[in-house]
Amino acid sequence: MARKTPVRGQMAVLHPMRIRADALPLADRMFNLWTLTALMLAFAAVLIAPAFAQDAAPEKPGVISILLEWTPTLAKGFGFNVLISILSMAIGTAMGVVLGVLQVSPLRPVRSIAWLVTQFFRNSPWLVLLFYCILLIPFQIEVFGTTIPFPGWIKAVLGLSLPVMAYMSEYMRGAILSIPTGQWESAESLGFSRRQIMTDVILPQTVKRVLPSWMNLYAVLTMATPLVSIIGVNDVMALTRAALSAEGRVDLLIPMYLYILSWFFIYCYPISAVTRLLERKYSVKL
Amino acid sequence: MTWTPDQPIVSLRDVHKSFGTVEVLRGITLDVMKGEVICIIGPSGSGKSTLIRCINALNDIQSGSITVEGLEVNDPKLDKLSLRKKVGMVFQQYNLFPHKTVLQNVMMAPIKVLRQNRAEVEARARKLIAKVRLEGKEDAYPGELSGGQQQRVAIARSLAMNPDVMLFDEVTAALDPETVKEVLTTIKDLAADGMTCILVTHEMGFAREIADCVYFTDRGVIVESGPPATFFDNAQDPRTQQFLSQIL
Ligand SMILES: Nc1ncnc2c1ncn2[C@@H]1O[C@H](COP(=O)(O)OP(=O)(O)O)[C@@H](O)[C@H]1O
Ligand SMILES: [Mg+2]
Repeated sequence: MARKTPVRGQMAVLHPMRIRADALPLADRMFNLWTLTALMLAFAAVLIAPAFAQDAAPEKPGVISILLEWTPTLAKGFGFNVLISILSMAIGTAMGVVLGVLQVSPLRPVRSIAWLVTQFFRNSPWLVLLFYCILLIPFQIEVFGTTIPFPGWIKAVLGLSLPVMAYMSEYMRGAILSIPTGQWESAESLGFSRRQIMTDVILPQTVKRVLPSWMNLYAVLTMATPLVSIIGVNDVMALTRAALSAEGRVDLLIPMYLYILSWFFIYCYPISAVTRLLERKYSVKL
Repeated sequence: MTWTPDQPIVSLRDVHKSFGTVEVLRGITLDVMKGEVICIIGPSGSGKSTLIRCINALNDIQSGSITVEGLEVNDPKLDKLSLRKKVGMVFQQYNLFPHKTVLQNVMMAPIKVLRQNRAEVEARARKLIAKVRLEGKEDAYPGELSGGQQQRVAIARSLAMNPDVMLFDEVTAALDPETVKEVLTTIKDLAADGMTCILVTHEMGFAREIADCVYFTDRGVIVESGPPATFFDNAQDPRTQQFLSQIL
């Protein structure tokens, strides 16, 4: 095996990604795939612990065959998680971009309110936000005589879109402020209005800068979607619990939750891998 | 008041400008006639950039008056767009839009701001790009160009708005020595075409060659001014003499 010899100018210390993790504040470092996965595991453990108290039925079909048998049902539930994550992400991103732009408004009151809203939702527990949405949004509303129903899962989508909005707002504010002021000035001297400068010059340049954080946020959001099972949405977590109680077997608990965890891992890991790739690419070029 | 070409196209009267408590411009008065080229020189921090930015309303002023083609720049009711259509500006750091190609950079303002027909704008943009000698670079991104090339794109981008006056703020200061010349040549061509130019520059040879009038600023006032021949060879004020002896 040929060993890699150090190349001049390629010293590890020059690589920006090596110092990045340490450069982040602790709170941000905690907010990643692995801590979230650990949290989910703990969450699962709490859920399955009571089941250990009961005795399992004596005759046993194989664990694998049971898992396979339940797979279509669980897959439907997982699809629901994915749907919820995509919708929350879409709504949250749209609102977050607007809120982020308002955070740099030249009007002080607008700026302050946008800042307050951002900070409020960024520092609220997601589960509490979900409960609030369930409680505050009526199950249907009447507009011009037509009734629009609001099932639980739509409320869950809205509830999860709030923290997404807040994080996105912060990312956008940071990205907008990181664009050199010369861009504003040259656009202004060409006669662009402030709104035009924002939409045609500044916002397009923020895309690259925000993309890695945005993707990371999506992975975190996806891993948080099982929270919706607590408020009665039939997601993969709720269905797993239902399947387990239908089977009534203690030895299924660990494999089945592990099975579900692996789905999340397979879905989220590529996202976070691509995110790291983009971060490395753009951190050099910007 | 309507402006006629026999009046100064740009006129400053006793302009004062402060940032907080620091007075950066302390009574600037100067006139520029249509087609004239004036150069502003002076030590760093003497307010040259501020002066030129005030003409374009990128900075406001505390007192005095600035008019461009009779348009009162410091009027709070001023329609900034009508001013920006008349005045083009080129910056030291080029400030091209990095997410747009050369051609898009040049075409953007006429289409978005003036709402001109895209095909006509494109034809004009291609001519301008040729004029600054960058044919073949239409589809390149700014990041792929040298500093001198970027600066020439910035000039073409300003020209696409058909301005009557061009402001240049140390546009060669960030360039490699070998690319300075190509940008200066572009500006020379412009001046030869009769464009009114106000330049802040440290290129004394260039100023001597191109300027109709040279102004020397120090600490927010114009110390001395005159046609380049008298200015450079026969400076009266000791501050001008000292500055010239340092830089020449
Ligand atoms: N936006 C600003 N806020 C505060 N002070 C400024 C600002 N712009 C320029 N100044 C100050 O005004 C003075 C003149 O600056 P400038 O016009 O850039 O000088 P020059 O272009 O001749 O080097 C400097 O002392 C600078 O620090
Ligand atoms: Mg300057």
